[in-house]
Amino acid sequence: MTASPFPILVIVVPLISAFLIILLGWLKKSLCYPFMIASLMATVFFSMAILRWIIHHGTLHYYLGNWDPPWGIEYLIDPLNAFVLVIVSVISLLIGIGSKPMVESDIPRKSIYFYCLFLLQVTGLLGIVVTGDVFNLYVFLEIASLAGYALIAIGEEGAPFASFNYMIYGTIGACFYLLGVGYLYIMTGSLNMADLSKLLPDLYASKVVLMAFAFFVVGVAIKMALFPLHVWLPDAYTYAPSSVTSLLAPLTTKVGAYVLIRIMYGVFKPNFSIEVIPATTILSWMAFFAILFGCVLALGQRDLKRMVAYVLIAEIGYIALGVGLANRNGLLGALLHIMNDALMMACLFLIVGAMTYRGWPRQMERFTGLHRKMPITMAAFVISALSVIGIPPACGFFSKWYLVLGAIDAEQWLFVAVLLISSLLNAILFFRVIEYVYFEPVAKESEVKPSEERTKFMGNEAPLTMLIPIILFALAILSVGLLSGTIISLVIQFALPANF
Amino acid sequence: MDILYSDKPMLALLVSAVAAMFILFTGERRRNLREFWTLLASVVKFSIVASMIPLVLKGKIIECTLFHLLPGVAFQFRVDAFGLFFATLASALWIATSVYSIGYMRGLQAHSQTRFFFCFAFALHGALGIAFAGNLFTLFIFYEILTVSTFPLVAHKETSEAIRGGRKYLAYLLTGAVLIFFSMGVTYALTGKLDFVAGGFLQGSGSDPLLRLLFATFIFGFGTKAALMPLHEWLPTAMVAPTPVSALLHAVAVVKAGVFCVLRVVLYVFGPKLLYDLDLWLALAYFASFTIIVSGMFALAQDNLKRRLAFSTINNLAIIILGAALLSPSAITGGIFHLAAHGFMKITLFFVAGAIYVKTHKENISELDGIGKKMPITLGSFAIGAMGIAGTPPLVGFISKWYLCLGSLEAKEIVFLFVLLISVLFDIAYFFPIVYNSFFKKTKDEMKSGIQEASMFMVAPIVLCAILSIVLGLSPNAFVHFFEMASSAMKNILGSGGG
Repeated sequence: MTASPFPILVIVVPLISAFLIILLGWLKKSLCYPFMIASLMATVFFSMAILRWIIHHGTLHYYLGNWDPPWGIEYLIDPLNAFVLVIVSVISLLIGIGSKPMVESDIPRKSIYFYCLFLLQVTGLLGIVVTGDVFNLYVFLEIASLAGYALIAIGEEGAPFASFNYMIYGTIGACFYLLGVGYLYIMTGSLNMADLSKLLPDLYASKVVLMAFAFFVVGVAIKMALFPLHVWLPDAYTYAPSSVTSLLAPLTTKVGAYVLIRIMYGVFKPNFSIEVIPATTILSWMAFFAILFGCVLALGQRDLKRMVAYVLIAEIGYIALGVGLANRNGLLGALLHIMNDALMMACLFLIVGAMTYRGWPRQMERFTGLHRKMPITMAAFVISALSVIGIPPACGFFSKWYLVLGAIDAEQWLFVAVLLISSLLNAILFFRVIEYVYFEPVAKESEVKPSEERTKFMGNEAPLTMLIPIILFALAILSVGLLSGTIISLVIQFALPANF
Repeated sequence: MDILYSDKPMLALLVSAVAAMFILFTGERRRNLREFWTLLASVVKFSIVASMIPLVLKGKIIECTLFHLLPGVAFQFRVDAFGLFFATLASALWIATSVYSIGYMRGLQAHSQTRFFFCFAFALHGALGIAFAGNLFTLFIFYEILTVSTFPLVAHKETSEAIRGGRKYLAYLLTGAVLIFFSMGVTYALTGKLDFVAGGFLQGSGSDPLLRLLFATFIFGFGTKAALMPLHEWLPTAMVAPTPVSALLHAVAVVKAGVFCVLRVVLYVFGPKLLYDLDLWLALAYFASFTIIVSGMFALAQDNLKRRLAFSTINNLAIIILGAALLSPSAITGGIFHLAAHGFMKITLFFVAGAIYVKTHKENISELDGIGKKMPITLGSFAIGAMGIAGTPPLVGFISKWYLCLGSLEAKEIVFLFVLLISVLFDIAYFFPIVYNSFFKKTKDEMKSGIQEASMFMVAPIVLCAILSIVLGLSPNAFVHFFEMASSAMKNILGSGGG
């Protein structure tokens, strides 16, 4: 029974396009980029269509090859997937648009393969979100990860090693996940999430199921770089090309968070994760340290890209904290933060990309006078910085609001404190950069020799293909927060587990 | 109470935000056009605000709901007498400051003027948003807009001193904001609503210790902006900002916004009855009195004119909070009215300090001997402002001080009467030497004789504000019915809260 073909199209279109792009590249190289954009646009269209369907008709099922579940693979889309799906597809479209100048300057000869890997990466991420089958999820996880390793290795000096490091961690994570799948399969004989959630409650006492759960959580925590399993992230995201970082940083970690929510509150029932074993408590404390560590370590960085990578670790902590709080407001905050943080990180890394593209060093001491050269980019930077700090009306504030409410509801005052303190630490982090950009007098002998073109106002602004996504992200950051009430009442509140 | 739905509050807000955009895109090349936008926006804004006064005085509330933010909380503006009072004050003084800042910035040939005017317009946007906000959540959004948009103004000079001032400003205010954020979260978790209600809405919704803690975090949070001691340290440091900033923002919009928020919390979130029950009013009153006395002492020790004015501001802000804390009818009226009274007088003083700086580049009081003979109009206005702050009739400062003193008698707490009277003595002690020295001491040789007033752009607002503080003293309801608004706000609060 198929009500709509979109769930499969959203996967198949980018997957096929990824391979077509290589063929196309042999014919004519310049066609690759438009083709990739077209295919990304199609995925955005499909995911929007899915979201619309969900809002109007509720859950959407798609049975692959018309095999009924639990025998066949089922793509099951409820408000939770649909929400994440739209985030993933929209952000990858915008990053895809912005990637062109960076790709052409970084790896001009291999751009075809870059676009191919880019689409594979997107396919993997979308697949993880769409599927309703734990093993199928593993397959997509590997597609995304392998594409990710390759993409990261493209980057500057140090990237191959960072990528190798990431691969080791990522493989361990994937193995853990697969072991979890195996254990569950042994116990229940099923791989379908909906089916599992029906079969599992009788087996909650079993040690094997407990093991499986632990494998799942640890495996996913590695993928989403939750402290203390974050070690691969800063190097990988710093050395990767900016076009890659701006795709991976906002999305892989968020998709990881989605899987975590799906496993903890979907496959397993919430009362298992909360009561049978204190998984949520452990998760909250990991998140607590993630937030502190991320912010504090970021303080020590002078390289903007690396600093944002550490901030990302703290942001993942927010999401994990919301999941760990295990109440309505906390989870609302986590889901909202998946969206908000994806926007903020995409915007920040794209801005870093635009700066490197224009030949600026990433060392923040050298940012003096940047606001005259790239006024629009820097305005967008300020907006996303304010959002990370959590200053309204930027969207970061609203997710933080729900997280704080969740922590208050749970009467976990330490978590309230860490959320608030991290705001202050983020303020130090980002206002330090803003000071360099806007207020430090331009050094006389700066390393970047200002040419005629550079000294002119706006003379050195990012190219239009990057500027448009940056502006769109900044506008989204400003407006999504104020609309959060609407977004919650339309989608997110239905994405919560039933008894929240 | 009648509620009237209208877009006017939103329009009044948008005017300065839109103007900020125009300013940004007009830029340095066409500076006259850019300044025209500032002036136009300030006049339009004031007229929109003023047009709401008659309705509000009739007891109506103007409401404008934009969209829904949380369950039970909308992005909403509700104009009541108290909010409109502050809005009128801020937008009226913006006109004067706009004129003045054109003279000031051009007189000093300052850099980055576009950024300056852009941020200034945005700060006003924030201030009006605070005035009109219908609930804590909306208020907080604009509170943060105000905080952030003022940072570039404080650090405007881009010297290391200015940047340090800006950092300190942010450190204090963002920490305060975090406390407010926390208190707001707790309030929402307790009651599930955040809408302001005259007379408070927190009654009976939590245990006493929790409510006391909540009150403390609220006061410490907003107290940073209101520069309550010991949270005041950023304000004197922020005096490195250009004088128009110090004048409008650090005497009216920013710090008064802090006081306004404190009053909102005291009178519209907690409410008189709850404060009586928990004995918090007395604690707040003593806290404010401490600030009043200590800041007076600090002010005496300052040689930098703007720093002295800053401490005097801290002093007067605490007086307003004291008025609200006393919770008696006259004290609340006097406190609210002092928002405006102090605004007009203090802005005069700051304008004068700026005019002296532009003309002679002198910032210290010890260098001002005999300057009254060079700039008689300017320093004459200074004398008027100083007398007003000290509460001399017939100036506007007298009226508010009179009501505050009456209020402390009504509250049957004679201590606070003495605090108010001592503060008046301090005012005299730190302002009158300046007046005396500038008029009656010998001019130092290096200064040429003859009258050397600053440009018309600067003198006109100075004189205007000085005259206004006399006129408002003679007739407190002149032009925009400040006094009537203050007393109608008081009636709303005490009427429904049952003080």
